[in-house]
Amino acid sequence: MDNMKLAKEKVGDFLAKLGKERFRVPQETGGSSRFAPLNGESSVDFTLSNTTVPLKSLFYPQTETLYRYEVGETAMKAPGEADEMIIMGVRPCDAKALTIVDRLFSWDPKDPYYLGRREKATIIGLACQEPRVNCFCTSLGGGPASTEGLDILMTDLGESFLFQPLTEKGEKICQEAGDVLVKSEDSDVQAAEKVHKDAASKIVRKIDSEGIPEKLPQLWDSQIWKKTSEPCLGCGACTFLCPTCHCFDIQDEIEGLEGRRYRVWDSCMFKEYTLHTSGHNPRPTRRERTRNRINHKYSYFVDKFGVIACVGCGRCINLCPVNVDILNILSQVKEAL
Amino acid sequence: MKENPYQPYVATIEDTWYETVGDRAVKTFKVTLDDPEARKNWSHRPGQCAMVGRLGIGESMFCISCSPTEGDFLRFSVMRAGKNTQGLHEQEVGDKITVRGPYGNSFPLEDWKGKHILTIGGGIGQAPLRPIVEYVKANLDQYAGLTMIYGARTSGDLCFRNEFEEMMKRDDISCHLTIDIEEEGWPYKVGFVPSVLMEVNPSPENTIAITCGPPIMIRFVLENLKKLNFADEQIYTTLENRMKCGFGKCGRCNAGNLYVCKDGPVFSYSTLKNVPEAFA
Repeated sequence: MDNMKLAKEKVGDFLAKLGKERFRVPQETGGSSRFAPLNGESSVDFTLSNTTVPLKSLFYPQTETLYRYEVGETAMKAPGEADEMIIMGVRPCDAKALTIVDRLFSWDPKDPYYLGRREKATIIGLACQEPRVNCFCTSLGGGPASTEGLDILMTDLGESFLFQPLTEKGEKICQEAGDVLVKSEDSDVQAAEKVHKDAASKIVRKIDSEGIPEKLPQLWDSQIWKKTSEPCLGCGACTFLCPTCHCFDIQDEIEGLEGRRYRVWDSCMFKEYTLHTSGHNPRPTRRERTRNRINHKYSYFVDKFGVIACVGCGRCINLCPVNVDILNILSQVKEAL
Repeated sequence: MKENPYQPYVATIEDTWYETVGDRAVKTFKVTLDDPEARKNWSHRPGQCAMVGRLGIGESMFCISCSPTEGDFLRFSVMRAGKNTQGLHEQEVGDKITVRGPYGNSFPLEDWKGKHILTIGGGIGQAPLRPIVEYVKANLDQYAGLTMIYGARTSGDLCFRNEFEEMMKRDDISCHLTIDIEEEGWPYKVGFVPSVLMEVNPSPENTIAITCGPPIMIRFVLENLKKLNFADEQIYTTLENRMKCGFGKCGRCNAGNLYVCKDGPVFSYSTLKNVPEAFA
């Protein structure tokens, strides 16, 4: 399918044509941002930088009911099917992160909750123009205009957005939009390429991950883990807000005569995460927990699923209250290898 | 396994009894799945685990402590240690619990045919070994022999004592019970499991040793098995870590790059000796 173009003044028409209720877009409330339904609005703030809460929250909500039951009964009722979603304005790193998490949730046995939503979602990405100071996507096979995990790539050309459909789902959206979209010119694609190149050149932070997955576990007893975990408060922000972190807890909750079993995001940076009922804890201090976090992302996940579980979005650096910096840890790792 | 792997089966407690008493009492539950279709489709192998719980309280991972050779039911031996296990201990015959699984790999008992099987257990660590014992007992003609060493702190902490005493009467099985400290009237061995292992002095020839128990016991058993010239490939154990899902999603049960729930819980020592967190 040809590349298309959406004039900025027609964004409202685009939303209306496809059905506003289907859209999830970046929204800022109370100082943090996340993807949320349009709420009747007829425009999208495409100037927001990458959302504080990553895209994963739409597919794998922070708290999610697995099934409900009545107290004293044994019948269990799982929630109904997922809604269809068109997610617009996704940053390429977050879409790439989904393709990483997909591997885990598709691993036998498949996760019906996550995959049910995945199947019904179309993802329209927005190429980054102003990467943030701690972005390092280009070190991990991504980039400001990476298309991995996207159905359509949008690029801001000033007066309009270039729409590059990448999958059947993406083409379907373009067809549905009808004459709200117009065909693009060759010059538009060239302009977009320049935008992509300029953005990539603004990414300053880098890590050469070569050799890390294979050799990282050899640094088990290295001083790196004590040193880099010393300032850590164990708040878990680096994992909750990581687009590839997927760990969860399962709990029961009763309210009145209704009960539910739900899953809720958990973090390997918490002591309770691995605490045995006996009181024994295989990862008793932040040293072991930091070591596990880095090993899981940069080595174990690679062993299991063939890809580093990090996309270089920089959130764990930006949002850490005490400036623990994964690139700093990784550069110490590189030195020690 | 169900299409929605998070949704458990409902099971009814057919029988239950205490193995040990006290603060950390062990209670065994014999349960059957309510749904006849599920019961027909359920198949587990010695070494596998299941999530057992109660709606409204929660679920925890337990080894299935019976062998499929024993019949169309499941057994779990549960030590009272926290909220879920307390909830389970309150259940009696006829009560409903939830079960999902089976999870994980299993002891390669088919590959071990023709070999002598040696189990070395301590305390509640005998629970995952019991299915091996039962399986080998039921197919004894296909194995070169069965030797069991089992110990606990006191005679009151021994699980499955009646079953052991029955087996001690047989001359085709070698069975050694021990307690850590001497007690009046105790007719069997006294001493720590690793020392009793040296005393029994099993030959490594054509033998597989499987051990499970407290970490400190496992450490010394491994040392002693090496002294007895057992090769790493002849030694097996089963690991436990905190788990929530049981099938490789929730993240927490890993020891190094191995998920205990999916890659384990059964591992040979030749694998585990290279996993830095395995005995953490």
